[in-house]
Amino acid sequence: MTNHHRSEISLHVNGVTHRLGVDNRTTLLDTLRENLGHTGPKKGCDHGQCGACTVLLDGRRVVSCLTLAVAAEGAEVTTVEGLAGDGELLPLQQAFIRFDGFQCGYCTSGQLCSAVGMLAEHAAGWPSSVTADVSPDGPTPVLDAAEVRERMSGNLCRCGAYPSIVRAVLETEAAG
Amino acid sequence: MNAVGVAQPRIEGPAKVTGAARYAADVPIEGLAFGAVVLATVTRGRIRDIDVDAVRNMPGVLGVIDHRNAPRLNPKAGGFFGPDGQLQLLQDEMIPFAGRPVALVVAETLEQAQAAAHVLPVTYDEEPHDTNFTADHPAGRPAMTIFDEPVDVGDVEAELAASSVVVEERYRTPEEYHSAMEPHSATVWWDGERLEAIDSNQGPFVIAATLATLFSLSLEKVRIRTEHVGGGFGSKGLCGPQLILAAMAAHRFGRPVRVTLTRTQVFLTTAMRPATDQLIRIGADADGRLRAIWHEPAFEISPLVEYIEGCTELTKTLYAARAIRTRLTAVPLDILPPYSMRGPGAAPGSFALESAMDELAERLGIDPLELRLRNEPAAGPVSGLPFSSRNLVECLREGAHRFGWGTRDHRPRLRREGSLLVGTGLAATSFSAGAFPSSATITAEADGTFTVAIGATDLGTGARTALTAIAADALEAGTERIRLRISDSDLGPAWSAGGSRGTTSWAWAITEAAEKLRGQEWRGTVTIDTTQSLGGLPGRERHAYSAVFAEVTADPATGEVRVRRLLGMFAVGRVVNPLLARSQVIGGMIGGLSMALHEEGVRDPVSGRHVNADFAGYHIAAHADVPDIEADFVPDHEPGIPVGVKGAGEIGNVGTAAAIANAVWHATGVRQRSLPIRLDRVLE
Ligand code: FES
Ligand code: FES
Repeated sequence: MTNHHRSEISLHVNGVTHRLGVDNRTTLLDTLRENLGHTGPKKGCDHGQCGACTVLLDGRRVVSCLTLAVAAEGAEVTTVEGLAGDGELLPLQQAFIRFDGFQCGYCTSGQLCSAVGMLAEHAAGWPSSVTADVSPDGPTPVLDAAEVRERMSGNLCRCGAYPSIVRAVLETEAAG
Repeated sequence: MNAVGVAQPRIEGPAKVTGAARYAADVPIEGLAFGAVVLATVTRGRIRDIDVDAVRNMPGVLGVIDHRNAPRLNPKAGGFFGPDGQLQLLQDEMIPFAGRPVALVVAETLEQAQAAAHVLPVTYDEEPHDTNFTADHPAGRPAMTIFDEPVDVGDVEAELAASSVVVEERYRTPEEYHSAMEPHSATVWWDGERLEAIDSNQGPFVIAATLATLFSLSLEKVRIRTEHVGGGFGSKGLCGPQLILAAMAAHRFGRPVRVTLTRTQVFLTTAMRPATDQLIRIGADADGRLRAIWHEPAFEISPLVEYIEGCTELTKTLYAARAIRTRLTAVPLDILPPYSMRGPGAAPGSFALESAMDELAERLGIDPLELRLRNEPAAGPVSGLPFSSRNLVECLREGAHRFGWGTRDHRPRLRREGSLLVGTGLAATSFSAGAFPSSATITAEADGTFTVAIGATDLGTGARTALTAIAADALEAGTERIRLRISDSDLGPAWSAGGSRGTTSWAWAITEAAEKLRGQEWRGTVTIDTTQSLGGLPGRERHAYSAVFAEVTADPATGEVRVRRLLGMFAVGRVVNPLLARSQVIGGMIGGLSMALHEEGVRDPVSGRHVNADFAGYHIAAHADVPDIEADFVPDHEPGIPVGVKGAGEIGNVGTAAAIANAVWHATGVRQRSLPIRLDRVLE
């Protein structure tokens, strides 16, 4: 392979900095999975249509299958493996277990990262398409089931764990 | 200290919420090469040429396998439906359907394999194709009869003629796709003479046996593991193309090879539920007592392999009628071979039967709930066999009570909320229960624990957690003393997770093994096989039951239907773990909702190709489509099967589509006899 197909990059993943050479075509998802051993993010479609590969990039949720690894250089990448750090599970992760917010678990890493990013978006006052008042000085929308469903709709779950996922997110949010 | 019956979170929960659970494509392997599959782009014809030289020198490419250099496979290999031509990959130049694998490109990295597969020149000599499914297609012929065989009880014509009201309608369901979130993936390597594989499938033993036959290996030379599976819903019940092609490549290149299908390839080359077109006639007296049910479904198949979409199984058992006639027609076309998808036969069949029952209630002017209650049979209407346990009435009554059905005005198009029309509907259903032979081994360990080994799989069903509870009770030990080993073909013969017979089959084996170990005073090791004891099961009508209630809104301006409420009451035998069982039936109901409103594989009639083979074009229910769902269980017990279980994996899917379609009629006054209930079918 000629050199103009490859780049040397630094990736910060879950607090660890990796220096690695990547094929420029490589997605962040494939880099995480195939080069860095982070197989928590899943490939459900590779086309940005399912959300299974969702990770946080500087705290914002992205589908890592549509993000090139070279474009993630310098950003802080958080995968499902990094949500809990080394310690206890996040309350959200515990709620997923308690309310059975998954069956096969294949969509779960994406659902969790997406929910973390979504809660931050909501806390920052971002509206969704079911928010009644979307004016810039409108009130912060109340996070009810309809808001959670709308905001999480990029994360498909064929097992149909949606109601338990919504419950887990709402309970976590209510517990603050 | 009963563990069965107690709500417990999944044993593997912590692994699944931290990303630690490894699925087939996640397991690190030294020296791994990657295979990328190339699929046929024509619907019927022959390969003229594959220009391997065009990619041979691309970076990282190790080689290409096609029909000219692939190992010869054993044509006898197959499964439940006999020899399976879909397993015969890369054996000749024939193209039987668009999406048939024509080559595997193997390279050092995934990107290199995909890049070469993408540009590999393949030319074809096209031949005329036929993918146009109709019930009266001239190629139609009786379906094979290893189950859901035709029946003819009583005098259907005479009973219809004597009926006060007859409903005669056609119901249609489209091609639907399993769409498990994990694409099929296999990693294969040779350990000396032994083939080792990590594969996403629903039953490693059955798959290992098929693969061994296919490659003419003895069964001991094949080992398949599959610890975590990202859903299957039937699509991973087969020896998948990923596994066959990876096995070929591992042999040829002498190193581990991983083949993971792309999402589009999962659509085009794994399996689908066939389209159905079902003619149904139901006749009844003025008081609602059924005189006749005549149900004639047609479905599509591929000439490569037999398959039965058993749409009339419910028709033979759900209601008392003096005459029942059924006949299944299979129409061979140039399409992807269909295979069981969650609630096979029953899901489309119940859509027809339960929609027709609703139409009958309308024309009789009877409450649809009352119509069902009036036709409760005392014994199997066709078989004459007693029911082992039948709690449909309890499901209907309890569901109606919780849903508030009693206050329903049964006339359509009377309720409005703003611009929306509101309606409710119900459906009753059943799903057959039973068990298949399995083996199990239990060892009493020196530290007081028990190792329970069984070739089960957990696709997300909760099998790992449920079987641990079942083993704990059978061994009179706490669950902390149970070490369950599953998901490995080396653990011995076992039925797959399929046909809603996983838990029943495995529970039977574990219970029997525990019995034997008790006879040894809980010492040593026992291995049992349930083939014999299963044979002693008396002939009965054995089914799980449910009643599903739906409330929908329909927007007459846009045609949009939304499900506001969905409630299911289930009789699924003893419930091993209420938390997980509820998730399973709710998941099934969401599958039914998705079937009702969203899912439709669309074929281009000119090219014969599937045009919406991804999640942008083939919509499955997303968060925003799904309301909070109520599901619960009525007390039930299956007397013939240890632990009293019946299986809950599929019944949730069944009935939901009809309940929603009936609710749409109640809202709008317009019958929906074709799924999905698209905007254009509702728009006024
Ligand atoms: S794998 Fe990225 S959205 Fe599906
Ligand atoms: S838990 Fe299986 S896809 Fe969501």
